Amino acid sequence: MEIDWSVVPSFMPQLMAGARVTLFIALAGLVGGTILGLIAGLMRAYGGPILNGIAFAYIELIRGTPIVVQVMFLYFALPVLAGVRMDPMSAAVLAIVVNAGAYIAEIVRGAFLSIPKGLTEAGLAIGLPQWKVLLYIVGPLAFRRLIPPLGNQFIVSLKDTSLFIVIGVGELTRTGQEIMASNFRAVEIWTAVAVLYLVMTGTLTLILRLIEKRMRIL
Amino acid sequence: MSIIEFRKTSKHFGTLTVLDEVDLAIDVGEVVVLIGPSGSGKSTLLRCINGLEQITGGDLVVDGISVRSGARNLRQIRQEAGMVFQQFNLFPQMTALQNVAFGPRKVRGLGKAEAQAQALELLKKVGLAERANHVPSALSGGQQQRVAIARALAIRPKVMLFDEPTSALDPELKQEVLNVMRSLAQEGMTMVVVTHEMAFARQVGTRLIFMEHGKISVDGHPAEILSRPPSDRLKDFLQHVE
Repeated sequence: MEIDWSVVPSFMPQLMAGARVTLFIALAGLVGGTILGLIAGLMRAYGGPILNGIAFAYIELIRGTPIVVQVMFLYFALPVLAGVRMDPMSAAVLAIVVNAGAYIAEIVRGAFLSIPKGLTEAGLAIGLPQWKVLLYIVGPLAFRRLIPPLGNQFIVSLKDTSLFIVIGVGELTRTGQEIMASNFRAVEIWTAVAVLYLVMTGTLTLILRLIEKRMRIL
Repeated sequence: MSIIEFRKTSKHFGTLTVLDEVDLAIDVGEVVVLIGPSGSGKSTLLRCINGLEQITGGDLVVDGISVRSGARNLRQIRQEAGMVFQQFNLFPQMTALQNVAFGPRKVRGLGKAEAQAQALELLKKVGLAERANHVPSALSGGQQQRVAIARALAIRPKVMLFDEPTSALDPELKQEVLNVMRSLAQEGMTMVVVTHEMAFARQVGTRLIFMEHGKISVDGHPAEILSRPPSDRLKDFLQHVE
């Protein structure tokens, strides 16, 4: 079969719809994942033995298993175990939340613990409670160190959504495969799909660069 | 009237005894200079006063409040005892003025304008009013330490604790910090200072304490102790620092 780029516009609307689904899963999942990661990371860094242990178990469980297995578990095993039925979209978003949360937790822990201990002591020494030291002194400094690795995780998670092809979510990769099945234009389709991913991750990178530039990394 | 009272105070790190049943009463207006070889417990002694290190035996009472009487009381003690660190520990994301105004705003709940006006007064006092809007990284070590002193003073403490305040500074920068400390002492501030600056101890100190192995081994008037060291160990130590 000849390569014919002129067919690309004909399936672009369908691919764009798929890209929108990808973007939605990634953004919703990452908002949740960042919140979950922040909580789990702070539990790891400052929690007592119990909170620390819970966060540690969660992180190890998620980091030690593939994301495909995680989403299969959420979508196929959870209904059997707990009787909770989830639509593929919810399972996909939840998988990103849970998966990204574990990695972000480690990023958060690392960033907070990398802030010199003397600054915490200086805050405590003027009579601040620990939570205010974290909120006003360590937090803002850790945030700046958080941005580069967090950006990395955002890009990884965005691409991980392509694995949800296994539960039949109509995201970009699955859409590509569906079009493939009807017209067999492999080169044109997968090139277009790859470019769309690049546009999304590129935009994300650009936004992160801008944030990094605006904030002095101290 | 003593404002700081160690009562058989001990501090252990695991099996290591850093402070060994120390008894010590410090009165209002005293300028106590703590000296001793590294590992003798002088920094730990200082850090126990405001609870940055938790004591593990005996009691320690600051302005009538025990350091063991809970987190709220400990925060009260920390507002009575300002601390200056060897590494300055200024908040790097804030200007000098914001560093000094930070405590009054977040601890004492002062309004922004009032806290900043007060902070500027304190910066003036340490000779840095014109540097108020610089961030710490744009200041010299000596200037940073003077800002740190102003920051500690901003919470209106009754006692000032200095943990080797000049050890990280070049010789010529040491003086500007020592001068600020000297004028504080002249105003009658109660001070506890861990330092190797013997000239400061002699001229400004009202009391000199030599620590060894977690215990106070010599305690007396600086001029007398320094001119006639009562122990060979102290004599030996003084030869090495001066």
